[in-house]
Amino acid sequence: MPVLELRDLTLRFGGVTALAEFTMEVRTGELLALIGPNGAGKTSVLNCISGLYRAQEGTITLTGRDGRRHSLHRLPPHRIAALGVARTFQNIELFKHMTVLENLMLGRHVHMRGGVLSGGLYVGRQRRREIEHRRCVEEVIDFMNLEPLRSAEVGNLAYGNQRLVEMARALALDPAILLLDEPTAGMNAEEKESMARFILDVHEERGVTVVVIDHDIDVIMDISDRVIVLDFGREIAEGRPEEVRSDAAVIDAYLGRARGDVA
Amino acid sequence: MDVFLQLTVSGLSTGMIYALAAAGFVVIYKASDVINFAQGDLLLFGTYLVFFAVAQTGLPWSLGIVVTVLLAVAVALVIERLVLRPLIGEPVISMIMVTIGLSSVLRAAVNAIWGPAPRSFESFLPAGDVALGPVMLSTGRLLSIPIALAVLAALWLFFRHTRDGIAMRAIADDQQAALSMGISIPRVFGIAWGLAAASAAIGGIMLAGIVGVSPNVASIGLRVFPVVILGGLDSIRGAVIGGAIIGLLEVYTGGYVGRGLSLVVPYVVLVLVLMVRPYGLFGKEIIERV
Repeated sequence: MPVLELRDLTLRFGGVTALAEFTMEVRTGELLALIGPNGAGKTSVLNCISGLYRAQEGTITLTGRDGRRHSLHRLPPHRIAALGVARTFQNIELFKHMTVLENLMLGRHVHMRGGVLSGGLYVGRQRRREIEHRRCVEEVIDFMNLEPLRSAEVGNLAYGNQRLVEMARALALDPAILLLDEPTAGMNAEEKESMARFILDVHEERGVTVVVIDHDIDVIMDISDRVIVLDFGREIAEGRPEEVRSDAAVIDAYLGRARGDVA
Repeated sequence: MDVFLQLTVSGLSTGMIYALAAAGFVVIYKASDVINFAQGDLLLFGTYLVFFAVAQTGLPWSLGIVVTVLLAVAVALVIERLVLRPLIGEPVISMIMVTIGLSSVLRAAVNAIWGPAPRSFESFLPAGDVALGPVMLSTGRLLSIPIALAVLAALWLFFRHTRDGIAMRAIADDQQAALSMGISIPRVFGIAWGLAAASAAIGGIMLAGIVGVSPNVASIGLRVFPVVILGGLDSIRGAVIGGAIIGLLEVYTGGYVGRGLSLVVPYVVLVLVLMVRPYGLFGKEIIERV
């Protein structure tokens, strides 16, 4: 059963069509990669899913953590996150003035209850919940090897580590689906390899459904179960990594139209 | 010595009222980066609301205070919903300009409803003096200090420990990340305005008791700006200490040097402090790496 379904999504900015009747299914438990040349509409897809963009036409349906189906295309971003859609951003969006631990605790926000008054009283149920959230966050810290950095202010961390913290924060949300927007952008070969390993671990050990965008074709081919290729807001190819790699339309999109010698 | 003590109590009590209004300013700035030029007028509004609730409606004090705070919060929520929420996502400067307009509207509304003449009514703070050795101190002023401090401590705890307080800090830090964590920006902005109005109303209630109810309160409200700039725009602690410093400076210069100077000296000190600490005493230094 698909955890996420996009049907005939059309997104326009003035006269520019970013997505044209784009349809996509994300199956439960898979690691799906979205690739394509710059400006193909990859990030637009993620922004539509998480509610930052509103598509003019089409539907987005999520099977939430609660097992029920929800229409996402009319919900505000915070409601979508509450249903279990977590994400990271191309240009790292972290709470830079807070520590790693505080960033991850904010990842638990959607699971926290209590209003202005009861939240302030650190007693009884509230206290037990707090401990529960702590335990969950500690487990993610452990999983992502962030132990040495837990009390460091995030703005001071090295670039590669900031990317890891951002992913850890998304994991703390305990997501039904995790959207990663260029998780290896700007990294060196070593950092890329370790990030790829973490993505695989998240997918395999924690069983999280992942949609990942990346420009590093080698990383994508290594880790993903299935690849969708976009160009000009449309799907031009879909399949297992090795199928997509040899697809003529994909080679055209990346290298320009070939004349006979590519097969 | 007794003059010094009396001035100190008077300066601290005024200072804590400044701090209450300033704390409301800080809450809004922390959550949304909006400089609320109407914060002083919320203080003015608070004094008239308590006058309305107690003197005009005849409620007992305890109930009157609750009604005043609730009314102030309700008005702030309506303002947030109708005036500021439509501007979410617009440049911050548009929101700031709107608060300047809001300031005029609030002042005009007070004038239209209650008229320009000063009103008098009995304070809920006990009249009379307590003797501390040979020194006579005003009971009302003395009591207003711990009350204000308690309210300010509650605000501080709110930011440190509650879900919404932490969400507020998160939004101030990175709105997009906050959205993707499931934080509702309209809800948090609503809470920020509600809290700002509540703390200003409590300041207004005490002001009504200490200096009375008149349009002049608006000029006291203007003191919010030196206080927050001195303390740091985003620090509740800074608002408390900034309030105390400005309040004390005013009465000391008024008492020892001369009445006219008391209006100027706080600003002179403010300029001197800013030369050394451009972000205020407790403000967060914002260093951008490009």
